[in-house]
Amino acid sequence: MNAVELKNIVKKYTTKKSSVTAVDNVSFTVEEGELFGLIGPDGAGKTSVFRILTTLLLADEGSATVLGNDVVTDYKIIRKITGYMPGRFSLYQDLTVEENLEFFATVFETTIQENYDLVADIYKQLEPFKTRRAGKLSGGMKQKLALCCALIHKPKILFLDEPTTGVDPVSRKEFWEMLKRLKAQGISILVSTPYMDEAKLCDRIALMQNGKILEIDSPQNIVNQFGTNLYAVHADNMYNLLNDLRAFPQTTSCFAFGENHHLTLKESNDDIRELENYLDTKGYLKRTIIKIEPGIEDCFMQLMKK
Amino acid sequence: MLVLLGLPIVQLLIFGFAITTEVRNANIAILDNSKDEATQNIIGRIESSQYFDIDRTVKSSSEIEKAFKTGKIKLVIAFQPNFQNELAHTNKAQIQIIADGTDPNQATTLTNYVSAIIMDYQSELNQQNSVPYTISTEIRMLYNPELKGAYSSVPGVMGMILLLISAMMTSIAIVKEKELGTMEVLLVSPMKPWLVIISKVVPYFIVSLINVATILLLSVFILGMPIQGSLLLLIAETILYIICSLSLGLFISTVSDTQQAAMLISLIGLMLPVVMLSGYAFPIANMPIVLQIISNLVPAKWYIIITKSVMIKGVGIWGIWKETLIITAMTLFFILLSIKRFKIRLQ
Repeated sequence: MNAVELKNIVKKYTTKKSSVTAVDNVSFTVEEGELFGLIGPDGAGKTSVFRILTTLLLADEGSATVLGNDVVTDYKIIRKITGYMPGRFSLYQDLTVEENLEFFATVFETTIQENYDLVADIYKQLEPFKTRRAGKLSGGMKQKLALCCALIHKPKILFLDEPTTGVDPVSRKEFWEMLKRLKAQGISILVSTPYMDEAKLCDRIALMQNGKILEIDSPQNIVNQFGTNLYAVHADNMYNLLNDLRAFPQTTSCFAFGENHHLTLKESNDDIRELENYLDTKGYLKRTIIKIEPGIEDCFMQLMKK
Repeated sequence: MLVLLGLPIVQLLIFGFAITTEVRNANIAILDNSKDEATQNIIGRIESSQYFDIDRTVKSSSEIEKAFKTGKIKLVIAFQPNFQNELAHTNKAQIQIIADGTDPNQATTLTNYVSAIIMDYQSELNQQNSVPYTISTEIRMLYNPELKGAYSSVPGVMGMILLLISAMMTSIAIVKEKELGTMEVLLVSPMKPWLVIISKVVPYFIVSLINVATILLLSVFILGMPIQGSLLLLIAETILYIICSLSLGLFISTVSDTQQAAMLISLIGLMLPVVMLSGYAFPIANMPIVLQIISNLVPAKWYIIITKSVMIKGVGIWGIWKETLIITAMTLFFILLSIKRFKIRLQ
């Protein structure tokens, strides 16, 4: 049985003035015990997919199941076995850390003691603040508490909608380590994130853009499919460099990536003398051209262009 | 925007034309056992004035009390037996004016009107006669002999406070969950949606009950307003009214998405009608017919009638079954509507 199965899901939002297709014919499966990532920029349709799977929204077309239960007809069963963490912080801000956890334990007809071992790792970090109101916690702490609350009833599957958005890098790293430990306990996890660097931490990922799935595979396979050389180019005048690189006849794509420009060429051999000459005639100082391994983001950009 | 710009216009028109404290077309009853020329003359004058509609005639003084308990009759004019005979032979006659004191302002206004009409008649008689006739009027304020304002304000305040606390606070509390996203998490849980609602409603039910207790204790012990009827009946009717207000709040929460909207709907949609159309501040009888019809949709109107009848007149359940039925029907209507509109999903 698959943990999650989507078949040709379409979701449109219609207002009086316009209609937006947020999810456009999306199909994918998440296997049991898998850590599956839904990667895409804001507005890609990730949250809509999550809400359809957590029975909060009805899809316009297509069907979906969670652990074999249909999201429309068996919504009551799904609501018992899933842990859901919405993209926006959705706990009671004026309850303390402890009260929130107790409240959600009660709502899910269980107690903190019963499933304490599952949340113990995370909750230990929150323990010093257990009498603090949830609204007064830092961003990372809030997300950890939300994860605790989503886990307290020992769900079979976790839906985490952008759990690390707005969280500092250290807390993000800790958060993903927690997800790995939960996965080791056999919980299937569907997680979404706009951060490409988090994608490689998933077993498999689906790259999503404008409501469509661009690619589904393991992060390594996606990177392997890149199929051409990638160069990081650096020089003194980065803005002019970008324009000149894009004007270079051999260029297929060039994007600004942090302090370098990532460049792919039409002819994929290791001969870059032509490029070096071209840049020298433009008079750049301190230019460096290094061949690099593509990342998920490079693949995403490449897929987007197709 | 429409509300901000339109509200002053609507209010000005309503207060300027439709809602006034002056009384017109008040229903009255006549007790006339002499049925002679003089009494017919006075009755004719009263009937032709714009202030009164003669709703019925009663035959004995015991029927007067009964007429008042229907709640429809505001005033009874009782002529003494052999009115014209007495007037002709002793130059003196007596008319008793009995008014419903549960609304002291209205009662005073009405008795003044009647007295003026009778004085008018008397001075006309005296122009023709050499011996002056005196028609003395005896005014009685039934239920509220001292004309205490509390008799009208306590039921009004109860009708308003309970509606505001129950309907506004419940709707805001439920919409808050939607707005903060906690409803999203609650929906994706085994907790049944109606249980979520019940648990949001119970605290305000209890707060309302405490409010009722304080209002009743204050009005009895500080304002000196006795509870004439059954306390149990009064409490039962009040609980019914609270449930009605809660279900109204529930309905508001299903149609609004933000706390602000819920508050605005509650304030403009409930507060204004309760103040203007419940009959607590302004008499309904002399409003334009459209507003009179609309006033029937305001639950507070019926609750205020019930409280006045039970608290002040000592009426039993048989005197207020119609009003009780109306509030029950409204409650069921709003609960059914809320159930139909309540979403087990987000949209």
